[in-house]
Amino acid sequence: MRAIISVIGRDKKGIIAKVSNCLFNVNVNIEDISQTIMGELFTMLMTADFSDASVEFAYADKLLQEIAAEMKVEIRMQNEEIFNSMHKI
Amino acid sequence: MLNINEILQTIDMVKSLHLDIRTITMGISLFDCISDDKKKTAAAVYEKIVKKAGRLKQTGDALAVRYGIPIVNKRVSVTPVSLIAASSKGFSEVADAMDRAAKDIGIDFIGGYSALVQKGVTEYERALIESLPEVLSRTDRVCASVNIASTKAGINMDAAALMGGIIKKIAEATKDKHGAGCAKLVVFANAVEDNPFMAGAFNGPGENDCVINVGISGPGVVLAALEKVRGENFSVVSETIKKTAFKITRAGQLVAMEAVKMLGANFGIVDLSLAPTPVKGDSVARILEEMGLESVGAHGSTAALALLNDAVKKGGVMAASFAGGLSGAFIPVSEDVGMIEAVERGALSIEKLEAMTAVCSVGLDMIAVAGDTPASAIAAIIADEAAIGVVNNKTTAVRIIPVYGMESGSVEYGGLFGTAPIMKTSPFSSEEFIKRGGRIPAPIHSNKN
Repeated sequence: MRAIISVIGRDKKGIIAKVSNCLFNVNVNIEDISQTIMGELFTMLMTADFSDASVEFAYADKLLQEIAAEMKVEIRMQNEEIFNSMHKI
Repeated sequence: MLNINEILQTIDMVKSLHLDIRTITMGISLFDCISDDKKKTAAAVYEKIVKKAGRLKQTGDALAVRYGIPIVNKRVSVTPVSLIAASSKGFSEVADAMDRAAKDIGIDFIGGYSALVQKGVTEYERALIESLPEVLSRTDRVCASVNIASTKAGINMDAAALMGGIIKKIAEATKDKHGAGCAKLVVFANAVEDNPFMAGAFNGPGENDCVINVGISGPGVVLAALEKVRGENFSVVSETIKKTAFKITRAGQLVAMEAVKMLGANFGIVDLSLAPTPVKGDSVARILEEMGLESVGAHGSTAALALLNDAVKKGGVMAASFAGGLSGAFIPVSEDVGMIEAVERGALSIEKLEAMTAVCSVGLDMIAVAGDTPASAIAAIIADEAAIGVVNNKTTAVRIIPVYGMESGSVEYGGLFGTAPIMKTSPFSSEEFIKRGGRIPAPIHSNKN
């Protein structure tokens, strides 16, 4: 299963490092990263492969929410299928 | 490959525009719970609901995390209880079992305390209907519905008259809560068997043993899409709504398929609906106003709603493997901040709402009226709505709340039920009309064989 992780918030040092470190610790492979700055907002999207993950999806989400709270950004991790369903026929 | 804009669009729909899956409703057949003993029947009902839907809430919550889209309500609908308790006569025992099961599995509403009486009210159906004031005031989560008309059977005017009186009694029995018991009862014409939305959900006799029906929503998403085409003509408006409805429905379809897998249930339908909530920005009225009406209720409101309703279905039907339920835009008054404001500014009357119900799902929904409104007037309102449904071959419904001790002002119900302004009804009597009783025959165009 692949997940899309989105990070939206004010640009801060170490956001990418923290998120990728967290994913590395639970054996999730990052396949793609893109980022843009929209106004003052930093937007990062990651595609991550969950097939060898050492933890449940919900638990990984919880770990990411701890980073979100600490860094004061919004982090969402969603199964890629929701985007495919809504935007591809 | 997904592009950034598509991903951000979905995120924005959830984050800012209130996109959600409104309900995952599990339909459960109770036919195998029937016995001639009240206690045995009630115990079997409790056990079956808990066994089938015990994991419904946690499954819904897990799917919400997995897809990052809120799943607001997890609910259960059951076979009409008039059939299940016909033999044992233990109607209120079954209602209590449903209420207890709903609480134990952590769901907010359970529907199906229902009777289908479009052609005649049997002795056991009358017993269920007469138990409604007591059951709806005593239980917290049980929802009831009564189907009094259909295009095939016509309108059972005896049942309409009966329901007028029963609604008054429920209002009286729950007058300390401003008649809130009435918010848990829907009187239908052409009720559907696979409706996931409360208060009118029940699992029809022709349905499978355990079915997942999903109701989607997203008035805010449609509004935001229309704001981008302000001033464009109606073909652009229609196309914009269709595209948006497609995306919303696909999210519902995905969640439904996954819920079916996780719960070992059958796939029922996706209900292609726009259901408002009292939250700002989650209003169907605002969509109609965005089309160019100063206020919903102005001339043009019916046409605007007809376009919206049709475009939602056209966009949604291709996105769902099975569409069903009520499928259309809902226009409840108390649950939609734009509707409430329209009533308060004098732009929207019951008469205009009635006209609007001819072109959308479902009917006169969450309407508060003065507590001294006669039972015959309520019965006549039910008959009017039923006539619209029966003649137009569509579902219509009445969910009306007489508020004892009030003639004007508004009543706060809280939560999803919102705030209901007291609406004016006609001062002229329908008493003699309702007294006639009997049945209004099915319209000529129902004879299709």
